[in-house]
Amino acid sequence: MSAQEVKFRPHLERRKCIDAALKFVFAGSAFFGVTVLFVLLFRIISDSLGWLDLQFLTSFPSRFPEKAGIFPALLGTIYVILITAAFSIPIGIAAAIFLEEYAKKSKLVSFIQLNIYNLAGVPSIVYGILGLTVFVRWMQLGRSLLAGGLTMGILVLPVVIVSAQEAIRAVPDSWREAAYALGATKWQTVRYVVLPSALPGIMTGVILALSRAIGETAPLIPIGALTFIRTLPKSPFDSFTVLPIQIYNWTSRPQEDFRAIAAAAIVVLLFVLLSMNFIAIMIRNKYQRRIKEV
Amino acid sequence: MMERALSIRNLKVSYKDREVLKGIDLDIYKNKITAIIGPSGCGKSTLLRCMNRMIDIVEGAKVSGEVFFGGENIYAPGVDPVKIRFKIGMVFQKPNPFPKSIFENVAFGLKINGYTGDIPQMVEKSLRWAGLWEEVKDRLKDDAYVLSGGQQQRLCIARALALEPEVLLLDEPCSALDPVSTLRIEELLLNLKERLTIVIVTHNIQQAARIADYTAFLLDGNLVEFGETSSMFTVPKDKRTEDFITGRFG
Repeated sequence: MSAQEVKFRPHLERRKCIDAALKFVFAGSAFFGVTVLFVLLFRIISDSLGWLDLQFLTSFPSRFPEKAGIFPALLGTIYVILITAAFSIPIGIAAAIFLEEYAKKSKLVSFIQLNIYNLAGVPSIVYGILGLTVFVRWMQLGRSLLAGGLTMGILVLPVVIVSAQEAIRAVPDSWREAAYALGATKWQTVRYVVLPSALPGIMTGVILALSRAIGETAPLIPIGALTFIRTLPKSPFDSFTVLPIQIYNWTSRPQEDFRAIAAAAIVVLLFVLLSMNFIAIMIRNKYQRRIKEV
Repeated sequence: MMERALSIRNLKVSYKDREVLKGIDLDIYKNKITAIIGPSGCGKSTLLRCMNRMIDIVEGAKVSGEVFFGGENIYAPGVDPVKIRFKIGMVFQKPNPFPKSIFENVAFGLKINGYTGDIPQMVEKSLRWAGLWEEVKDRLKDDAYVLSGGQQQRLCIARALALEPEVLLLDEPCSALDPVSTLRIEELLLNLKERLTIVIVTHNIQQAARIADYTAFLLDGNLVEFGETSSMFTVPKDKRTEDFITGRFG
């Protein structure tokens, strides 16, 4: 026996065995989420087969599953998102510009910043209550598209601000210095140097935030997004419904066929969400390489 | 008596509690190249940034003292830093063209400052001053980042020259460049001094010796010695200057 063999008991077999077992556990965890997603997609798509057609996209909801469609809900979702975007994008970007470019370090600014992070984590139903109090009752907008869109706007605002801030922060300071050294004012620097470079990042964040809003149900329930409407919303003050609420409504029906059309509506919703995320990723990949090069 | 472009009087700068410039008095002569040398952290860049109020954008920097430019103290209350930077251009350590075309880079300063002349003509003129025109005249629409590092730095010089500033400040403009590009920029600066006043911060003592008419040696926030480069490099008055330029420290 060598001196080494006397002093050590390596248990090499056992150590290697643990190694292999853990690798299996880790890989399994990594695949778990993806597997669940695919099972879900498979179930929903197979359930929806035969129901997802043009008639489904262009019809009103109905008591008869074969006649029911998602047209008002689809249109409602689009209108709500347009209002959400029109509200949250300008305010969100402006707030991010203030926090990143104008605000000096102070207690007030860190207080605002901390609150924005906190707001991003507030449960969405709370925003629904807020929307009900502020927009529906206090501003007397009623249970309307406008109230719903604004509520969603408030919901995504923190996310828009934070992602716009990150995009603005990623713009190298050397470009700002170059602009200032040429006699640019702060606004000229922001307008002609910072924003053009930060825009792809901002857009990515905005699209992801809006796709979150499209999928939200809870905040619109207190607002009273009606689940059965016979007319299309014609003005921002009309009542409305959106896809997730329509889906929720159908899944709670006892008849089997309604579960199938709910699945069909889910496919439409997922299609919209995944294509928005895809566009966001495309924009990010295309433009953000530049900033890293510098 | 030679005309002065800038006169710095008792200039002190501190970041929070740390004083980085401890009362600098320095004259910058018109149409000359003045080099500021010294070891890292001696306050060279800070001093340069005080000359066009770029120090203002450094958060937490406190400035006291005076910098006279055209008879006016640029730190007097009510002086607009934007106006000062319009007249005193700056080139930075790392080439920092905007992520725009070559043309747009040079035109940027003209556009934001409401240039009334012919912009394409001025862009060409500036690129010629910077010795870059022949290399880029057929690809003005190309992105500035297709250029080599040395070309990018000359583009940044052209961008500053487009405003026809009275003074050009350069903060170690060659530290990221290869020797050939460095030499081109040095030649360029020698040609430019009949047009404007140049102040260059450099960590490269040979570079100061090659191009500067005057040299200021800074150590720990104090101006140790200032004088004509030729005499300072042959008979330095201060022992510390001698130690630094002979490479004993720094």
